[in-house]
Amino acid sequence: MEAFGLLVYGFSVLLTWKILALMMVGLVLGIFVGVLPGLGGPNGVAILLPLTFTMDPTSAIVMLSCIYWGALFGGAITSILFNIPGEAWSVATTFDGYPMAQQGKAAEALTAAFTSSFIGSLVAVLLITFLAPGIASFALRFGPPEFFAVYLLTFCSFVGLGREEKHKTVISMALGLLLTGVGMDTVSGQLRMTFGSSDLLRGINFLVAVIGLFGISEILLTMEERLALRGHAASISLRTVLKVWKEMPRYWVTLLRSSAIGCWLGITPGGAIAASFMSYNLAKRFSKDKESFGKGRIEGVFAPETAAHASGTSALLPMLALGIPGSGTAAILLGGLMVWGLNPGPLLFVEHKGFVWGLIASMYLGNVVGLVLVLTTVPLFAAVLRVPFSAIAPMIVVSCAIGAYAIQNAMFDIWLMLLFGVVGYVFKKIGIPLAPFTLALVLGSRAEDSFRLSMIGAGGDMRVFWSNSLVGSITTLALVLLFWPLIGGAYARMRSAFVRKPA
Amino acid sequence: MSEAEREIVVEDPAALAGDSPAVTTNRTADVVVSLLLLAFAALLAYDNWRTGMGWDSTGPQAGYFPFYLSVILAGACFWGLAKEFLARKAAAETFVTRAQLRRVLQVFVPTLLFCFLMQWLGLYAASFLLIAGFMVFVGRLAVWKSLLTAFLFSLVMFVTFEIAFDVIMPKGPIESLFGR
Repeated sequence: MEAFGLLVYGFSVLLTWKILALMMVGLVLGIFVGVLPGLGGPNGVAILLPLTFTMDPTSAIVMLSCIYWGALFGGAITSILFNIPGEAWSVATTFDGYPMAQQGKAAEALTAAFTSSFIGSLVAVLLITFLAPGIASFALRFGPPEFFAVYLLTFCSFVGLGREEKHKTVISMALGLLLTGVGMDTVSGQLRMTFGSSDLLRGINFLVAVIGLFGISEILLTMEERLALRGHAASISLRTVLKVWKEMPRYWVTLLRSSAIGCWLGITPGGAIAASFMSYNLAKRFSKDKESFGKGRIEGVFAPETAAHASGTSALLPMLALGIPGSGTAAILLGGLMVWGLNPGPLLFVEHKGFVWGLIASMYLGNVVGLVLVLTTVPLFAAVLRVPFSAIAPMIVVSCAIGAYAIQNAMFDIWLMLLFGVVGYVFKKIGIPLAPFTLALVLGSRAEDSFRLSMIGAGGDMRVFWSNSLVGSITTLALVLLFWPLIGGAYARMRSAFVRKPA
Repeated sequence: MSEAEREIVVEDPAALAGDSPAVTTNRTADVVVSLLLLAFAALLAYDNWRTGMGWDSTGPQAGYFPFYLSVILAGACFWGLAKEFLARKAAAETFVTRAQLRRVLQVFVPTLLFCFLMQWLGLYAASFLLIAGFMVFVGRLAVWKSLLTAFLFSLVMFVTFEIAFDVIMPKGPIESLFGR
């Protein structure tokens, strides 16, 4: 029960007026970010990051993670009322949520979405509370070869398990890793890939790239589409909330299954999008009444929302315990850690107890406060959508510019942000995934350092990555995952050959 | 439950025409991007080869890691190009239509201007011009609404970042009038 004591300590760090106020600000901003078209979790967090530069790390992470929870809650509002998924992971919520709104049951659908999001996050936070310290203390034994193997595992699982075309994932990842190398080499002090430019000397800042890739490119993409909206207004009464809550225990199997799927896919880099679709499909498959899905069934809202939030929250587990983000937004939070002068990784649990447990406690509190907040203020946020996009778009551009400039006070970063905006727009359109790019940008230099340190330690012998059972099994698993499409295909062919032979 | 029956409708005055000719297909865009990335990979590979991509007494040299990454990048581009040329798909998806491109430029060009202006006018004045201009000319919203929104937004940003959070932005003649 050591975790419990530390959690209480975390709450004691949290319960000051300043932090509680920041939490509310973060949640409100986050819901705005989730509701507005052209802004979402990752770019919202990236744009608002500069606000936290002058704060202490604990206040900063509490505010940022609350923006994230708020964005997760906000995404459901537009999916249900307008049939417009604010985020890719809310797509599955529209399947049953929007039909419910059309039938005049918008309030029920919203309550169901918010409550199940809350349950999903809660399960994931419980998992983090009891699992993360153990993983972190295990990882304290890791040396450079082990860390490199874990990074390799992360990258390989993206390539092997991702649904995008393999070469496109590789392109995105290699490009990200290359860009982290720009600037001064940390080991030898030599300049690399700067081409004599003094601006490139500082390297390419991760946050500048993210603001461009997600913020600017999203504006360009949103502009392309028709911007007229037609949806339902809704307000939630206490009676509706109680009615839905009374119904809820009947769906405990769905809720539990969806949470489990979400947690699993959140920790491994499968992501919230896959989790929400998978749990929707499973809920449908195990249901006795399959036809009613897609026509406004409350279970069809419960399943994807629980999974999406469980996944979004549990993505923070590997980030805290190992310093490896499980999602794009977690990657940005990790970037934040470095800006505030913390070194992500297992040592965080030892050196910055107040920070880690404050963050974990804020996950509990943020979700409770967030739930109450969205349930009571839905009409307000739905009205935000009445604001025309042509007013919102330039404001987002300005916020992006402020965010990009504030990081290093450099005009060069603004141009870089624009360039990344165009790159992100083109990449999204031709199907080059951006998540591996983000991950590579944030992990790249540490992956390279751990590789070089292990090489120096081993005198250039590649066998160091199989030198003991731990690092050997991680490296082997990484390679298996990398070639999984080939191995899986060969296995299927072999099996079908064996099955056919006796016949 | 009368609230739930109310609808929210937002019109888009600059909505797209139904059909517009395609500027280019996804396939062409794919090939162009692959070729550009290939050139980029070659450039970086050369630079890292110059830095030193081998081993010395202490381990891998500075260019080792990025050199092999550019090789991987080039390989993936070749793979993509080969796949594109071997596939005999006649029907290609549209990358962007002419009307879409026009709308994208409608937001990109003002953004570009905003970035240029911000160097001379400061961020807040440029942001006022961008928001007001965009709302009036692209969104076709009422002039007084646009000016008011732009002014209030720029003011709120100024107060939040410069005063409350001490985040310093490029400033121009207007801010210096107020002694900041």
